[in-house]
Amino acid sequence: MPDGITITINGAPVRVPAGATVAVAMAMAGQACRVSVKGESRGPLCGMGICFECRVTINGVSHCRSCQIVCEPAMDVRTDA
Amino acid sequence: MPSAISERFDVLVIGGGPAGIAAAVRAAESGVGVGIVDDNPAFGGQIWRGKSEDEQPREAARWMRRLSESRITKLTGLRVFHQPETGVLLAEKNENLCELRYRSLVIATGARERFLPFSGWTLPNVMGAGGLQAMVKGGLPIRGKRVVVAGTGPLLLAVAAYLRKHGAVIPAICEQASWGSLAKFAGALWRHPAKVARGFRLKGELGTVPFAASSWPFAAEGKEKLESVTISRNGKTEKIQCDYLACGFHLVPNVELALLLGCGVENGCVKVNEWQRTTVENIYCAGEPTGIGGVELALTEGQIAGLVAAERVKEAREFFRERKKGRHFADLLDQTFRLRRDLAELPTPETLVCRCEDVTYSRLKACSSWREAKLHTRCGMGPCQGRVCGPAVEFLFQWTPESVRPPIFPARVENLAAVRATAPQNRSL
Amino acid sequence: MHGHSRLNRNMANGEFDVVIVGAGIVGAACADEFAQRGMRVAIVDREFVGGGATAAGMGHIVVMDDSDPQFALTRYSQRLWQSLRAELPSDVEYEACGTIWVAADEEEMNEVRRKNDYYAQRGVPTRILDAGSLAEIEPNLRKGLAGGLLVMEDAVLYPPCAARFLVERARTKGAELRVGPAVVQMGAGCVRLADGAEIKGKILVNAAGAEAPALTPGVGIKKRKGHLVITDRYAGFLRHQLVELGYLKSAHVVSSDSVAFNAQPRKTGQILIGSSRQYGAEHKEVDQEILARMLERAQEYMPGLGRMSAVRTWTGFRAATPDKLPLIGPWPEDASVFLATGHEGLGITTSLATAKILVDQVSGAKPEIPIEPYLPSRAGKEHAHA
Repeated sequence: MPDGITITINGAPVRVPAGATVAVAMAMAGQACRVSVKGESRGPLCGMGICFECRVTINGVSHCRSCQIVCEPAMDVRTDA
Repeated sequence: MPSAISERFDVLVIGGGPAGIAAAVRAAESGVGVGIVDDNPAFGGQIWRGKSEDEQPREAARWMRRLSESRITKLTGLRVFHQPETGVLLAEKNENLCELRYRSLVIATGARERFLPFSGWTLPNVMGAGGLQAMVKGGLPIRGKRVVVAGTGPLLLAVAAYLRKHGAVIPAICEQASWGSLAKFAGALWRHPAKVARGFRLKGELGTVPFAASSWPFAAEGKEKLESVTISRNGKTEKIQCDYLACGFHLVPNVELALLLGCGVENGCVKVNEWQRTTVENIYCAGEPTGIGGVELALTEGQIAGLVAAERVKEAREFFRERKKGRHFADLLDQTFRLRRDLAELPTPETLVCRCEDVTYSRLKACSSWREAKLHTRCGMGPCQGRVCGPAVEFLFQWTPESVRPPIFPARVENLAAVRATAPQNRSL
Repeated sequence: MHGHSRLNRNMANGEFDVVIVGAGIVGAACADEFAQRGMRVAIVDREFVGGGATAAGMGHIVVMDDSDPQFALTRYSQRLWQSLRAELPSDVEYEACGTIWVAADEEEMNEVRRKNDYYAQRGVPTRILDAGSLAEIEPNLRKGLAGGLLVMEDAVLYPPCAARFLVERARTKGAELRVGPAVVQMGAGCVRLADGAEIKGKILVNAAGAEAPALTPGVGIKKRKGHLVITDRYAGFLRHQLVELGYLKSAHVVSSDSVAFNAQPRKTGQILIGSSRQYGAEHKEVDQEILARMLERAQEYMPGLGRMSAVRTWTGFRAATPDKLPLIGPWPEDASVFLATGHEGLGITTSLATAKILVDQVSGAKPEIPIEPYLPSRAGKEHAHA
């Protein structure tokens, strides 16, 4: 991955291609975006920012829609509770 | 305090897909001040956005170029959430508040996929058809992955072709419509040569991919994520191992903004007159919100709306014939991809219908209206505000949707509160 | 006074002992109480259980001391809720989170001490918080507040499901729920529906909240509009219900619009933000000016709220009386009509006590607290003196 960047997902460094959305990074790292009210793992559904299933915590800010956000170097991403 | 952006336009277009782009470009030709706003990071809508130049149909490239070469104020990543007073919209860009003032408004908010609940549909890697396509455009590696494409509507073929081109293996495309209605659709397409050409191109791209009519996803299985899909086909079920399920049941118009502004909405579509004007003075609507009709109709309606909004009524009339043709196609879509009632039998009592609040089908069955369901089960009360479960419960229970209230999209408390600061009331001495 | 035994006599001819108009929390509690005491009950609503002001309210179970009768009713009812707690289904989301009355300055700390004494004398568990301990237990409040009063047994719940629980319980005792055409008229032992149908009852209870005067003309109730905002889920951000003591200043202003800081942690992790009070605002649309003021006030107390995602706003109408006490008891102008309305912002809290007091009056039992302050006839007396 020549023009990749490194972000942290649930505490572990992950290398992703430049321009990838955070939702894509989560999928590549095999991590659930969020845990539902009843404890199910969830990932993106609509891909266009309306379903809120791809919510993650980015740099401590919860409920960010990962399909709408492009990865930036050193971003800290966590599965949303 | 968030920094407030304030912009004022003669013509403001909300939505940067084909309809919005056409409206903005046409309106701007007259020299009036035009702004175009989209909630995504780039223009083009779900259909054009994120495709490389060579993937783009020529028409798309031409419109995108016209937009970029125009003097239109282009604002991306803005989500409109409120109308504090007539002629003013509030939007959020990340955490910042933006105030958009307009003389005329064109609503071109497009459509979203309709999702229907079935067992296992909440598993990770079950996505919308357009949803998975957007993820691939966003960088998701799909080469060598097995993707079942299922649901209904012309989008399925387009997505399957796109995914295949990017290396995905498509074990099946399942279309719930019958061969009978698909044949009727094909038979009526002679009036729409552009669609036929696109259909042939898709057919070429899809090659030997198995396509089944009268077929739909019955259940999705997997532990932590999707592992297989059971499809129903000719009354029998069949399990297919796969990595992704790309599943959407045609499209639903996005009418929340129109409703917020008080525009008349009928059968889920924004009512417009021959000038694409809504029931509200100075507010126009074009594209999918007036009825799902595809990209050509969106472009036509967008041009009419843009021209009329810029007071070039005579030129707008030249597009009426084309629009009539487009609406004929929209009717065809509507008839062909109408949902069969079998799909209402898919959810089991435990199947979640509302994904935000994890509300099961059985809990909803105990309710008698959308409002009762919302208040007693929290269905539709999560952050998606019923955008996903709303069309599903409408289909499952025939409940009519409720009116909308601000914010029409979740917004920061401080931005809901900052309205007074940015829009002081006129005070007379 | 109507005797219980007399009421049962007419069951054969399809007449109910009691017809309750309005299936909000108050009507639901009344249906439950009447049914528990063996009476034949019908409860009528045009929509569904708990769909009006019950769904619009915050859902607090709180003691209040604006007046002695207000305290007596709220405390009595709070204890009834406590004894019901074990039976409440999980979707009622009862949570004894406690209320903190937040004092911004020394003047308000005086009020904290006064309130504390009042509650302590009446056996309500409380704790005075100084600035440090307030900051410790609610770290997201702004710095520099003077302190507060923690009222430990106060609770919150989700009202529509609480109302439904009460109606369902009444139904297991034979009560009938009738949802459909609206009630257009009630009186002389008969409730008339919009479709012309009639439901007869020995006793008719007007529990129609702010709509009560439309069915019983002359009832002294005004609509007092309120706004609320709910956020996405932020578990742990807020632990107690918070109310500014300045609330006392604003809530008592009966002439003009007012806002006050009131925030609640819901069991879901969501935060419910209030509150506003408006007279004369009849339309149910969100009033931007008042919403903005309300949210500004909330952010003054909890700056972190500003960054939270608001998912919904809504409005509702409280049924307000001039003396801020509900109307519970016989309506002097019609022997068959009883009132159970006028609870303003305390309907959820006082619903259970309202039902007890009302049924006591109907059945001739001795109420646990003096009922005179709540009798509808008091209003007439005031008018006579005026």
